[in-house]
Amino acid sequence: MIPASWFLILAALLFAMGVAGFSLKRDLVSMVLAVEVMLNAASLAFLTFARSAGSLDGQVVVLFIVTIAAAEAAAGSAIVILFFRTKRSVRRDAADIMKG
Amino acid sequence: MAPVLFFVLAATCVGSVLGMILSRDRTHGALFLVLAFAALGGIFGLLDAPFVAAVQVLVYAGAIMVLFLFVIMTIDPVEGRRPERMRGLGVPAILLSVVLLGEILLALGGIAVAVVVVPGFDGTTATAGLGTLLLGEYLYAFELASILIVAALTGAVALAGRKDGR
Repeated sequence: MIPASWFLILAALLFAMGVAGFSLKRDLVSMVLAVEVMLNAASLAFLTFARSAGSLDGQVVVLFIVTIAAAEAAAGSAIVILFFRTKRSVRRDAADIMKG
Repeated sequence: MAPVLFFVLAATCVGSVLGMILSRDRTHGALFLVLAFAALGGIFGLLDAPFVAAVQVLVYAGAIMVLFLFVIMTIDPVEGRRPERMRGLGVPAILLSVVLLGEILLALGGIAVAVVVVPGFDGTTATAGLGTLLLGEYLYAFELASILIVAALTGAVALAGRKDGR
C-alpha cells in the first residue's frame, strides 16, 4: 500500500511548481495554465484526505473543482482574447496601465 | 506494483509540469500540461477514485486544455513565437516557491504521519455513493455550479464575442 504522505508530498511539489510557473512565465496564457496546475495540486490533496478518511465528500469537492476550473478557463480565455485585441500582445509587460 | 505505478505517474506529472515551466513555446507548454493532467488522472485512480479519474482525463486533459490550445492558436499566428526570457524575476520567484514548498511540507509533517492509506473500498459502490452524495446532500451546490457555468459562458461570449474589436 502506498502511504498517503507520498501523495501529499506530490501535491505540495505540484503546488510549489504552479507558484513558480505563475511568477516565471511572461505571457498571460501560461500564467493561467500555471494556475490550473495549482488547482490540480489542491484536487490531489483533497482526494488523498478523502481516501485516508474513508469518506466520499472529498471526491465531490474535486468534481466541483473541475467545474470551477472549466468556468475559470472559459472566462479566463475570454479575458486573454480581449486583452490581446486591445494590446496586440499577451505579454505580461503589456499590462502596465489600469485603463485599457 | 502500485508503488511502481505511483512513481512512474508522479515522475511523468512532475516532469511535464517542469517542461511546461521551462519550454519557451506556449503550445508545447499546453501539450505538456495535457500529459501532466492525464498522469494525475492515473494517480487519482490509485486513490480509489475511478469516476474522478475519468473526469480528470475527459474534462481536464480533454476539454479544458483543448480550450486553452484554441486560445493559444488564435493568438500565436499573429504574435509569432517570440522567445521569452526569464530575467529579473527568476531568482525571487524560485526562492518564493521553494520557501512555500518547505512551509507546506513543514505543515504536513505534523499530520502526514497520522494519515495512512487504508486498504480499499469497492470502486463501483464508491461511484454509486458519489452520485447519491452529489444529487442528495450536495444538490444545492450542484445546481449553483450549473448556474456558475452558464454565467461564466455567457460572460465569456459577452466579453470575447464582440465583432467591433473593442
